[in-house]
Amino acid sequence: MSETVPTQRDIVIRRGTADKVFRTFIASGAMLSLVVLGLIAGFLLFRGFEIFKDFGLSFITGTQWDAGSGDASAPAKFGIAAMLVGSVVTAVIALCVAVPFAIAVSLFLEYYAPHFIRKPLTAVLDLVAAIPSVIYGIWGYTILMPKASGWAKSLNSWFDWIWIFKVPAPIFDRSPFIAGLLLALMVLPITTSVAREVYSQAPRDQIDAAYGLGGTKWGAIRTVVMPFGRSGLVGGAMLGLGRALGETVAVYLVLNLVFKVNFQILASAGGNVASLIATRFGEATPYELKALMAAGLVLFLVTLAVNATATYIVSRSRSAA
Amino acid sequence: MSLQLHGAVGRGAFHRDASLSVNDGDVLAITGPNGSGKSTILHTIAGLVSLLHGTLKCNDDIWDAPANQMFIQSEKRSCAVVFQDVRLFPHMNVISNVAYGLRAHGVNKQQAHAQSLEALSQVGLHGFEFRAPHELSGGEQQRVALARALVLKPRVMLLDEPFAAIDAGSRTALRQLMPEVLATFPGVTVLVSHDPADVESLANSHLAL
Repeated sequence: MSETVPTQRDIVIRRGTADKVFRTFIASGAMLSLVVLGLIAGFLLFRGFEIFKDFGLSFITGTQWDAGSGDASAPAKFGIAAMLVGSVVTAVIALCVAVPFAIAVSLFLEYYAPHFIRKPLTAVLDLVAAIPSVIYGIWGYTILMPKASGWAKSLNSWFDWIWIFKVPAPIFDRSPFIAGLLLALMVLPITTSVAREVYSQAPRDQIDAAYGLGGTKWGAIRTVVMPFGRSGLVGGAMLGLGRALGETVAVYLVLNLVFKVNFQILASAGGNVASLIATRFGEATPYELKALMAAGLVLFLVTLAVNATATYIVSRSRSAA
Repeated sequence: MSLQLHGAVGRGAFHRDASLSVNDGDVLAITGPNGSGKSTILHTIAGLVSLLHGTLKCNDDIWDAPANQMFIQSEKRSCAVVFQDVRLFPHMNVISNVAYGLRAHGVNKQQAHAQSLEALSQVGLHGFEFRAPHELSGGEQQRVALARALVLKPRVMLLDEPFAAIDAGSRTALRQLMPEVLATFPGVTVLVSHDPADVESLANSHLAL
């Protein structure tokens, strides 16, 4: 006699009408945002496709940006390598400055600040995140840049034996360094906010274990809280990176747009993709406009990839909590 | 040396009176139903929660006396706690877990590791030093927790139901090991347990809550 193996039955849930309506409403909301995202990508691809077809990979690797005269004697040349490098350089400077501050501020708020300070400080941080870019840009241009030029000069005089701190000419205004500092200020709130949330989820029993073995508060933070929040902090930093890569107006105001791949952070030359688009958009020829759309698509994809990675890392750190 | 606690302990809305006195080399067992405040007493001695009123003294050193605004922080009390749920640091290997307390007290890495190896041998875990906590059984993890308390050579060792969260086989082995370990421990030991057999085999005084 053959033995029959019982199979697991499927559980069928019969939802009520209200459930169905609500579920459809929520699902269409979620789908709508994906559709909008897809439409933006589709629009940029449609408008910029001719550029990708004409220039191929050299659109990404080229460093020249010239709309040309419209005839064969002076053909248009479009390449965004200098701007892509500029975007990455300013964003990396921003993160190098912002992340240590974000760690310090979030640990202070979560573990050291008295209750009466914690709430107002958190509110101020959230408020800082809501300040429009142009205000940052104006502040950066009028207040930060004169000060930061002096810091850049000092950095150059102390560390000019390191290649990235050399300058071709002693001009320290409108450099990637200054743009990076300004971006640091702009990404600080989001990075701090994510870091604070992750640090607040550090397991209390592990912290008590550290105390129970004679650990100090700083010892417990170093041993338990910081390792626990590491991946969350990376996620927060990458969300900041996403903002830094896409920043337009503030960077446009404090950075010279020069089509040259520049890793010398104190030199008065740089730019990023977003500020390139903002600068050229008003007076672009129809063909250059397509090139700007293609540049927009590249920036869109890079930012999307950075944000997706950040979301993945943050969610992984939350599930570990 | 002796440890004395006379006063009220509590956490949140819970509070209760407590009075105990233990001498060096002695093991005091605290028993009582769930929620009676056994662990709260232990945490109060360790400095993880503060005394509500009364005095907590170790020899002539006052560790906690709310009336005099005295509170010695946990890191300065020379206490070591073994928790019921082990609480090893998951990102550190066994030797780093055991050395944690010594490193927190400023002992250099080489010395801390040498002393930690001795403590691991004492609890029968020689050769386990580079394993990660998740590679150990529940009983082995609890032995590591015991080693990281012993290595500190504390004045007071606090054992919070050390046999509760491990499987039956490991529990038997740990129960055999514990009397040897406690016999050589010169300081005060306070043990929280639900099991009358543990009280009988390990403790020489008993506080029922």
